[in-house]
Amino acid sequence: MANCRLFITGVLLLLSTSSWAAVLPEDRSDVMYHYYSGDGVTIDGPSILLRKKIGNRVSLSANYYLDTVSGASIDVRATASPYVEEREETTLGADFLHNKTLVSMSYTNSSENDFEASSAYIGISQDFFGDLTNISLSYAKGWDEVGRRGDENFLEEADRNKYGIGITQIVTKSMIVGFSAEHISDEGYLNNPYRSVRFLDDSAARGFSFATEIYPETRSSNAVSLNANYYLPYRAAIYADVRWYNDTWGITASNGKLGYIHTIGDDWIIDVYARYYSQESADFYQDLFGRPNEFNFMARDKEMSTYSNFTAGISVAYEWQFSASAMIKKSSIQFEYDYMQFDYDNFRDVTADAPVGEEPLFGFSANVIKVYASIWY
Amino acid sequence: MRKLIRLLCAATVVALTTGCVSTDEYAFNIEPWVKPYERSNLADPIMSMNRNPIARSYAKHVFESREGARGADGGAGGGCGCN
Repeated sequence: MANCRLFITGVLLLLSTSSWAAVLPEDRSDVMYHYYSGDGVTIDGPSILLRKKIGNRVSLSANYYLDTVSGASIDVRATASPYVEEREETTLGADFLHNKTLVSMSYTNSSENDFEASSAYIGISQDFFGDLTNISLSYAKGWDEVGRRGDENFLEEADRNKYGIGITQIVTKSMIVGFSAEHISDEGYLNNPYRSVRFLDDSAARGFSFATEIYPETRSSNAVSLNANYYLPYRAAIYADVRWYNDTWGITASNGKLGYIHTIGDDWIIDVYARYYSQESADFYQDLFGRPNEFNFMARDKEMSTYSNFTAGISVAYEWQFSASAMIKKSSIQFEYDYMQFDYDNFRDVTADAPVGEEPLFGFSANVIKVYASIWY
Repeated sequence: MRKLIRLLCAATVVALTTGCVSTDEYAFNIEPWVKPYERSNLADPIMSMNRNPIARSYAKHVFESREGARGADGGAGGGCGCN
């Protein structure tokens, strides 16, 4: 729910264009089915992306995305009942090319029964130095309305601002490297209204009870990343990226990814990768507090704890090439599978039968599948 | 860090709004060491960070929903603003 605001910005950025140079994105359409299963939750649904140029200087895009969520995560199993909900998201975008400058704009709306989010994005990028270097700037503004199921009087708001800069550099005939940095500032109601803190309670049967989390009303974060792609002589590529992150809540994190793309003939593309993420908890996070209102800010959201996650993925694509003069120039079908493993260092499984504060540390695995078909025209 | 990002943004705005926009070759007079006709490898779709935007935005969502960190994870996107 609350994380959809991040997703919106991500969609806005990623749907902008698809090249490392200031050119309009390709005309293409994609239809995808996505599926996630992990920690007792299943999320699946379709996504459709359409892109079409208007003349040589304008490209328009539209994306429809649907999440259907069912089940009960560890947070829900501990404090509430399983549920089913949907999230529907629509994005409209336009890219404008003038000489070596590309301006991208988009607007997204995301709607759930308890969360409404809108976001607008603008980005500009320019090629320099014989088109070896590309520099881009971006800004996104978001507005959230947060509700709570079963409480019609609950309505909170949050605003978000996101500033980004990126530099892509052609290093050799076979290598591109990139640098990006982003600053994000949030202000307003930043809690997840369904998450609770746990505190010692001698009067409770199990020795603890739950209370509403208390978050600061502002959050600022900075992230920088480096990435590189290297082309191998037999039409294959290796790629890698690293990222460092910190914010005013005290969360620090880093992650790295290494991947390899292999082609078989002209038609098959196989991509395998591994990714590792590690995070230190927020200053006001604890798995177990001494009492309610012990501190000004209190959180037990496991996404704010200390933990790591390892992901391994593989994708297989088959492409059909058609005549360049045909209406459809290329098509492909693609299957992707990711395995994810999360291990928490200070978030305990309170559903386990153990003395308070001595429950086993929580962890879970997840399976992610994407199947999609694409055409280029 | 915040100041650094702002400084970089300001520098880029200056660059984009001065003569660099259409006269970069003259302004910087740098001979590209990788010629346009030498960029076939780089133009191969397997070298694109955003080869499949619909799948990539979903993958980004999967991570961001379950991780505390956010931002700067799209890879510097060159002309895409997809950084």
